[in-house]
Amino acid sequence: MKRLTSITDLEKLQKDLALRRKGENLLVTLCQGTGCKAYESHKIYEAFEKELNARNLREKVSLRSTGCHGFCEQGPLAVIFPGEICYCRVKAEDIPEIVEKTLIKGETVERLLFQDPEGGKRYAREEDIPFYRHQERLLLGQNRLLDPRSIKDYIALGGYQALGKVLAEMTPSEVVEEVKKSNLRGRGGAGFPTGIKWETTSQAPGEEKYVVVNADEGDPGAYMDRSLLEGNPHLVLEGLIIGAYAMGAKKGFIFLRQEYPLALENLRLALKEARDYGLLGENILGTSFSFEAVTKRGAGAFVTGESSALVAAIEGRVGEPGPKHINTALQGIGGKPTALNNVETWANIPRILERGASWYASLGNRENTGTKIFSLVGKVNNTGLIEVPLGTTLKTIIFDIGGGIKGGKKFKAVQTGGPSGGCLPEKYLDLPVDFDRLRELGSMMGSGGMIVMDEDSCMVDVARYFMQFLKEESCGKCISCREGINMMYDILEGIALGKGREEELELLEELAWATHKASLCGLGKTAANPVTSTLKYFRQEYLAHLKEKRCPAGVCKALISYTLDQEKCNGCGRCQKLCPVKALEGERGSPPHLNHPLCIKCGICFEACPFKAIYVQ
Amino acid sequence: MINLTIDGKNYKGEKGENLLQVGLNNGFDIPHLCYHENLSPYGGCRLCLIEVTRGERTTLTTSCTYPGEEGLQVKTSTPQVLKARRLMMEIILALAPSSSHIQSLAGKMGVERTPFNYQKEGEGCIKCGLCVRACEELVGAGVLTFSHKGPQRKVEPPFGEEPKNCIGCGTCVYVCPAGCLTMEDTPQERKIDRWKRRMEMKTCQKCHQPYMPTPQIEYILKGPPDPPPEKWLSCCPICRRKG
Repeated sequence: MKRLTSITDLEKLQKDLALRRKGENLLVTLCQGTGCKAYESHKIYEAFEKELNARNLREKVSLRSTGCHGFCEQGPLAVIFPGEICYCRVKAEDIPEIVEKTLIKGETVERLLFQDPEGGKRYAREEDIPFYRHQERLLLGQNRLLDPRSIKDYIALGGYQALGKVLAEMTPSEVVEEVKKSNLRGRGGAGFPTGIKWETTSQAPGEEKYVVVNADEGDPGAYMDRSLLEGNPHLVLEGLIIGAYAMGAKKGFIFLRQEYPLALENLRLALKEARDYGLLGENILGTSFSFEAVTKRGAGAFVTGESSALVAAIEGRVGEPGPKHINTALQGIGGKPTALNNVETWANIPRILERGASWYASLGNRENTGTKIFSLVGKVNNTGLIEVPLGTTLKTIIFDIGGGIKGGKKFKAVQTGGPSGGCLPEKYLDLPVDFDRLRELGSMMGSGGMIVMDEDSCMVDVARYFMQFLKEESCGKCISCREGINMMYDILEGIALGKGREEELELLEELAWATHKASLCGLGKTAANPVTSTLKYFRQEYLAHLKEKRCPAGVCKALISYTLDQEKCNGCGRCQKLCPVKALEGERGSPPHLNHPLCIKCGICFEACPFKAIYVQ
Repeated sequence: MINLTIDGKNYKGEKGENLLQVGLNNGFDIPHLCYHENLSPYGGCRLCLIEVTRGERTTLTTSCTYPGEEGLQVKTSTPQVLKARRLMMEIILALAPSSSHIQSLAGKMGVERTPFNYQKEGEGCIKCGLCVRACEELVGAGVLTFSHKGPQRKVEPPFGEEPKNCIGCGTCVYVCPAGCLTMEDTPQERKIDRWKRRMEMKTCQKCHQPYMPTPQIEYILKGPPDPPPEKWLSCCPICRRKG
């Protein structure tokens, strides 16, 4: 490939590639994101190739490996254009049928279409599926269309045009002004206005400045950043290059979580291709602007997602947070001005400059513009990655997009914002999800984790679980965080074991207050959210554990026991066969006797009983 | 010089000097454990919390890590400051229940007992890192480090092995506020058990008493730009004074 040496070169290339893409009559895109890969989606690709070759169709059908489409619950996914027919849970053995019916005859394979768990309706077109229909996929939308390992795909779909426009028509300060006008707020969690951060860095004295992508995504169950980097790395890179131009940075770092090998691979390839095409390096697109970016890998600590700890890690020091009166935007890497933004924040930049700040600001609400990606997980029917305008209600997210609670159970709480987010009860389902509303209620946006819990979740156990995660991940510098979380964990553990005393609730509240108030960084300051929010909204449940030594949700093992309803049992013996400790005694054919001292309360019999004859108390 | 107010009164300090030092210089009794004026501030014990107002923003912060600047308004004993300090002290007291220094500081702060129970393998260390910084910044030996994270965090020589670069000077023992470090001298050797370090003692040529670990003498001789003559180190300070 010849290096692009002017903006006209880029425009011409885009037109050529778009035209060539238009000529693709039949296109199959296959999700090869980490989630679908776990279901061996690479074998589906191979199966398609084999089948198309066998039928001499390889030339007529374009096959693309793409990043994550988002609907992970239904993976592996295949989308066929034209028609945008979405096939779910595809297996290699389904491929001949898909080729025969859909690619040759233009029919759909009914059994592979998404079926609504409630009502049973099937949907052929991807955009009609409720999961997708209620979304606004500004950033994720391209994931299903392009091969992340091909810069040509990205350019064909209009990629790098925002960069071209910026370099041709805008001064650096105009770019900063545009980002400010868009009202974009940092997607890493704190929601700080990106434009103001950029302004600070761009106006800071000194020639040497840096731009950094924070891709140290560590929240359990959250994979927004991973999916963007795996599925559309050039989008993030384009944002970074534009930012570097706006702030006068010559070097950029992409700080990537060590546990993301596919993201690293795709990102490195993207950097190489961008360099080859003259979009990175010396004299980008023939202009006087030069910029280089490299990847840096984290060493596996959750806390390095915090800005000052991340800077320390890039510098080669231990990734621990530093004093908060030092603003990274002014004194970051090596003491030089450094603009550090989350993956998703950078990904928004090309969109804002393509279509203008006013258009962008029209999405969402006044103080919370644009869209946000959430990883919707837990007890919902449709788990996956979703993208909605900020201000969308929890109800729309959980019930319209998420399809409601699994197994017809009752909604109990949703935790937003990752491990240090708060748990919000049913009465807030109409809450518009944005930075400010969530904070007001004692939770937070975080980077966009959303864990839905049903009636079978015990909120004491939930708080205990998150304290366990956070105590391991506290760097340990501040006593308030290191010991505060640890002691909260100890108290919660005691309550779950039925050893708690009522006066410990007050102590728990004091510890939560101190951890929040006295700690240095965001991790410590927010760590107590799961405790404070569950105490606030689910206090009765704590009291049941403390006063009555009872776990209402039937989760805390020390406080529950199983009983067998002799009437309902028909003596099928299934429970006896499965019980790992042989606590269900008696002859087959008649109801067994549950030997309580032997029972380890694993719950296997409870879940396995076809007649619901086993109860938890 | 800069002007700032502490608890409503005007004071002067050096620009960039940390607020804990400014406060201490002006007679404010701000409790602290991980701070030492000759070492870089760390902000780990969270006892020296104060409220700082800069412009329109008020934050609760550790005074030892906050640099002084013109116009700051500092409050050292608001209800929130006192409550946070009390809770920190209660936690620290649970970590190091037998340290007399910590007991007396707690007493001064009105903390007599701790509601927390912490009988784990903390061995009395509060992880304030004074020993780590003293060894690195004052002694220059740098044999101590923090390892692990969260509650497992501890101070130890790399890999928990005997630190061969430790010169046995005892500075770590001297600065430790928790009293969890001990140093023992026998006629033959000096022992710092916590670091698993044992060193041979140099005997005074005149009185034949052990007086300094051999590695420390070697360190001094090759250390500073202008080391003392070897002969000067051949006897103990007492005999040296006798001449």
